[in-house]
Amino acid sequence: MTAALRFDPIRLPPKCEELRKEVRAFLAEEMARGTFNPFKPNREDTDVPEFSRRVGERGWIGITWPKKYGGHERSFLERYVVTEEMRVANAPTRRFFVADRQSGPVLLKYAPEHIKMDILPRICRGELCFAIGMSEPNSGSDLFAAKTRATRTDGGYLINGTKIWTSSAHIADYMIAIFRTSQPTKENRRHGLTQFLVKMKQPGIEVNPIGQITGQYEFNEVVFTDYFIPDDHVLGEVDGAWKQATSELAYERSGPERFLETYYVLTELVRAVGNDPDTRSAEGIGRLVAQLHTMRRMSVSVAGMLQAGKEPVVEASIVKDIGTVWEQQLPHRVRDLAAFVEETASNRETLERQLDFAIKTAPKLTIQGGTTEVLRGIIARGLGLR
Amino acid sequence: MAESDNIVVETAEKIFADLADPQTINNDKKDAWKAPLWRALSEAGLPLAWVPDDLGGSGASLADGFALLNAAGRFAIAVPLAETMLAGWLLAQAKIASPEGEMTVLPANPKDRITLNPDGSLSGRVRGVPFAKAAKHFAVLAHGKDGASIALVDAGKAKVEAGLNVGYDNSDVVTLDKVAPITIKPAPKHLDQTMMMLMGGVARSLQIAGALESMLDISVRYSNERVAFEKKISKFQAVQHNLAKLAGESAAALAAATSAADAIASATAFNDEVYLEAASAKIRCAEAAEKGGAIAHQVHGAIGFTIEHILHRYSLRALAWRDDFGSESYWAVELGKLVAARGADELWPLVASR
Repeated sequence: MTAALRFDPIRLPPKCEELRKEVRAFLAEEMARGTFNPFKPNREDTDVPEFSRRVGERGWIGITWPKKYGGHERSFLERYVVTEEMRVANAPTRRFFVADRQSGPVLLKYAPEHIKMDILPRICRGELCFAIGMSEPNSGSDLFAAKTRATRTDGGYLINGTKIWTSSAHIADYMIAIFRTSQPTKENRRHGLTQFLVKMKQPGIEVNPIGQITGQYEFNEVVFTDYFIPDDHVLGEVDGAWKQATSELAYERSGPERFLETYYVLTELVRAVGNDPDTRSAEGIGRLVAQLHTMRRMSVSVAGMLQAGKEPVVEASIVKDIGTVWEQQLPHRVRDLAAFVEETASNRETLERQLDFAIKTAPKLTIQGGTTEVLRGIIARGLGLR
Repeated sequence: MAESDNIVVETAEKIFADLADPQTINNDKKDAWKAPLWRALSEAGLPLAWVPDDLGGSGASLADGFALLNAAGRFAIAVPLAETMLAGWLLAQAKIASPEGEMTVLPANPKDRITLNPDGSLSGRVRGVPFAKAAKHFAVLAHGKDGASIALVDAGKAKVEAGLNVGYDNSDVVTLDKVAPITIKPAPKHLDQTMMMLMGGVARSLQIAGALESMLDISVRYSNERVAFEKKISKFQAVQHNLAKLAGESAAALAAATSAADAIASATAFNDEVYLEAASAKIRCAEAAEKGGAIAHQVHGAIGFTIEHILHRYSLRALAWRDDFGSESYWAVELGKLVAARGADELWPLVASR
């Protein structure tokens, strides 16, 4: 056979269920103390530094990393459980999540030892926020088109150019970015990009907010003008960032955050229809739950592959493709079903407010972290079509 | 195809490859392949895989049997292997020994009922029974005033009206009119019609997933051979994206079906979590059969619509299997009711319990 796609039915071990209970209890406590309100989706304040620090205190950031860098040497499956409980609760994870998912693993792999010793423990304590500098104006998913230049100078590089769609750059302490250090060659158009650790809040960087159609400000434009990066902040191979960046993207692809972003509307729909739904509502809910369950089983399966040291690039892309299309459609399907909810449903206003927000959120879900089209290209390559 | 490390599956795949090659079967208008295939499967003990040794079977584990059904789906096997396995499993639940030969289960639809009459005979009219026409015996779940019973019935005592499903396999109407069973025993407490339907539904889910694996395989291969507008159609981005979607549907079906099979095989009780797994598998696999099959046909173009081509052996059968043991819309309603009855705050804990 051409394609051997396997999604073994990995089960979460008992210690994951223990951890899940701890995370749920912690989140309930945080809600009780008013740290965040999951039923207020239009919130401006998704960045809550003290929440990050308390998550760090619990040992839930850098959970799989080596202890000598402040990590906890626990499994990917444990990390999985923490992520999904945070996501389902709509917890304000923005400050630490990118570092936990992507930036930390990149530093572990490519940063010099003194930088790892300095930065990784602070990430684990929930003190640092990271941004990812990949997209540029007119490039997006097309990393080859990146133009922002890193020019050789004494002891380092000078950066000039603009990154865009950079989530959290306005609150970030660091950014991991790719810049052009030389031109692509005829033989290898992927040549010439280098990955750097960028310290934010320094002269030579300007961060300009970009409003989103949800009413939130999460994206930014980041302009570099003769910004200096020292040599020891180069991550990995000069001119060889292409492979590094694509493996970084693999971390972004298959996690529970890739199908749970609009999940809250499903819970609220179930609340609104009550214990004894009509047939139409029951069928709609049943289908959505079956789809959710299936995706989650696929996603857990990929987490199991990561735990086993595999690189499930195609499988992760399939999960992200199906997962993001699903979370994009979910608010619309819930809207269909909500048309039949009784006027007297106690949570009717909450449901409507959440739907309003989820419908506005939906368009971005199939774009962030690699568009559907790019993912399908990766899957097609895995099938032997390219 | 994934290399199997499972001896039951290896044996079956060898028999399928030797005696049930889809192209050979498709060309054989007289169904001459059926008897040798059934003989080989029986000699290997596969139809009674789920029946313990002391009841006449080969005593394979539930897990091995489910893997066998997935392999049968990959070959789109059109003999009552799944049906005989299910019948043997049902009879074994009441410690009734399985006879030799083809069997099927009654009812095969959650809304149908067979009644155990006060005089000990069985009555009822049930539709959509797969391979009833080919069966020598029926394994029956019947309901009397004292609850559920499991019975072995001689198929010759029933009235069977032959019908065909969408995939051209027998799907028949069976009428029992005060038929005396060969053996009848009370069903164990945990076993009810819902559980039996979900067991059948998971069997069908694994077969659908297998058929989709093959549809993906032959569609990818065809797209790498077929030239249009001076290039292989696999080089067109639109075709690549369609095949990527088919891979997604195939993967989703396989994940849902194998997860449900694993849940049943390792279950200590038939609780809500197992129900979620089994019902979800049938719902999601049926959706995948519809979406995935459509893409496989689109990639093949007109050639895949011909009776000479093997694609329909997989695509139509996968569509037909949606109907057995409760359709996806039936299970979606039931699962939705279950979720609603448990309440909104219990939804995530249910999903996350697996």
